[in-house]
Amino acid sequence: MIRIEDVTKRFPGGQEALRGLTLSVDRGEMVFITGHSGAGKSTLLRLIALIDRPTSGQVIVDGQNTARVSRRKIPAYRRQLGMVFQDHKLLYDRPVFDNVALPLIISGIGYRDAGRRVRAALDQVGLLNKEKRHPETLSAGEQQRVGIARAIVSRPKLLIADEPTGNLDPDLSLEVMRIFRRFNEVGVTLLIASHDLALIDQLGCRRIPLENGALQVEKDRDEVSDYFEGAGAHSPEDRWR
Amino acid sequence: MAVSKTSEPIPAGRPAGPVSAWFLCHVNTSVDALGRLARQPFASLMILLVIAVTLALPAAMYLVIKNAQSIGSNWENALDFSIYLKSDVTLEDATRLAGLIRQRADVAQVTLISAQDALDEFKSASGFGAALDHLKTNPLPHTLVVRPSGANTEQSMILLHEEVGNLPEADLVQVDTEWVQRFHAILDILRRAIAIGAVLLGVAIVVIIGNTIRLDIQNRRDEIEVTKLIGASNAFVRRPFLYSGLWYGLGGGLLALALVRYGLYALEQPVRRLAGLYNSAFSVLELNLSESLLITGTGVLLGLAGSWLAAARHMRRIEPR
Repeated sequence: MIRIEDVTKRFPGGQEALRGLTLSVDRGEMVFITGHSGAGKSTLLRLIALIDRPTSGQVIVDGQNTARVSRRKIPAYRRQLGMVFQDHKLLYDRPVFDNVALPLIISGIGYRDAGRRVRAALDQVGLLNKEKRHPETLSAGEQQRVGIARAIVSRPKLLIADEPTGNLDPDLSLEVMRIFRRFNEVGVTLLIASHDLALIDQLGCRRIPLENGALQVEKDRDEVSDYFEGAGAHSPEDRWR
Repeated sequence: MAVSKTSEPIPAGRPAGPVSAWFLCHVNTSVDALGRLARQPFASLMILLVIAVTLALPAAMYLVIKNAQSIGSNWENALDFSIYLKSDVTLEDATRLAGLIRQRADVAQVTLISAQDALDEFKSASGFGAALDHLKTNPLPHTLVVRPSGANTEQSMILLHEEVGNLPEADLVQVDTEWVQRFHAILDILRRAIAIGAVLLGVAIVVIIGNTIRLDIQNRRDEIEVTKLIGASNAFVRRPFLYSGLWYGLGGGLLALALVRYGLYALEQPVRRLAGLYNSAFSVLELNLSESLLITGTGVLLGLAGSWLAAARHMRRIEPR
């Protein structure tokens, strides 16, 4: 689904956010990109979303080489993706329903159909009764779920999320991850940047650790487990059932 | 396909027909833009007023010219000229001459004012009646007032003047209508000046609306970024701003018509009084339908132009970061 081939991203200042990164994500996978801030997680997602272009190397998404997506085709390209952001990026001047409907309106889907799909998406994130509320009246976790509903309402095959739980407490984070997991179970490919190692480990998904813009040398599995025990996480099974 | 185990799948959402969806989208965007203006009534009204005044100025000047022209056109038809006959021409000769001239193809009508009639009228109208009674002889000549036929051109009029002026009985041909032509020449200059002014004011409207939309775009920068981030094209993001410009232009145009209408209403009484003093049935000409449409349409076009310029310039620069 995603192939990153020898990608380097150098910013005008000369610092390199990604150095010769190569990785791939299969269709239907749920993969976490981890690493400290500055490791290149966000930059990688930005390349996939075509907010930025790589300095060199290739980013291939769903068989599409992003280098060949012209500036004018970027909107159509982005409509195939679902994107979730740490700061939700909701529009605070309109109710939840309108926020979630936005991708459908952009795609020119009729309002009647849009209504059904928006409610279905809200239902999936458990916010069906909040469609008339304004985002600022919702809690952070609810706002993030609105953001997720917006990302999935156009039923993308690929969903990318940049620190989706960055602002949430552990319980809310887990709730969000559960929602992601449910999408994954029905075939959506997810690529999630997060530094919440404790949470990720509970999910048992593949991790791609980044360090200074490149793949981190694989840590010893035990070392990782030690880290979680130190963080005092419950057993994954407890939290997931 | 079910996306969730626990809840309804997201329905496939068969897209509405492309045309109706497109149409609905436009209707929604335009209503939305209108609502946005209505939510800031004072600011919107200020902008509408500026646009309305700017549109009303040339419109009002145009109306002044139009009315002046309509007064002038009555005069233009009156191309009558007078032939003062030599004082030794008798009334019989004068009557015969009037008959002759009347037979010309380029003459519609000839009226003979005899010397006696002229004197009587002068006595009664001038107030010198008593003084004139002391005159032993009538100093006034017989006069023929000639109304040329409507088919005359400027050239044939000159020829007519010359020919009757060359008649042995004619003393003087007096043409009263030259100043009418000068008046029309002045109106032409004024009309052109107004056209130039109108163009400048139109540019001003484009700038005003463009600037307003630019501020609007800056205020909604975040929103634009987010919508672009989830796949909105430039056209989609631009659309609400174009509609704002359109509403500004339309509102300004209609308000301009109202201003002009009110100005006419305020002028109606004094003009009627003045016309009454001149025994004239003159009434003020108003903007007709096509002129009103032109003003409103101009407002709309300028509004669109202003918002288009602002949107094209600033929208491209706002990209998700």
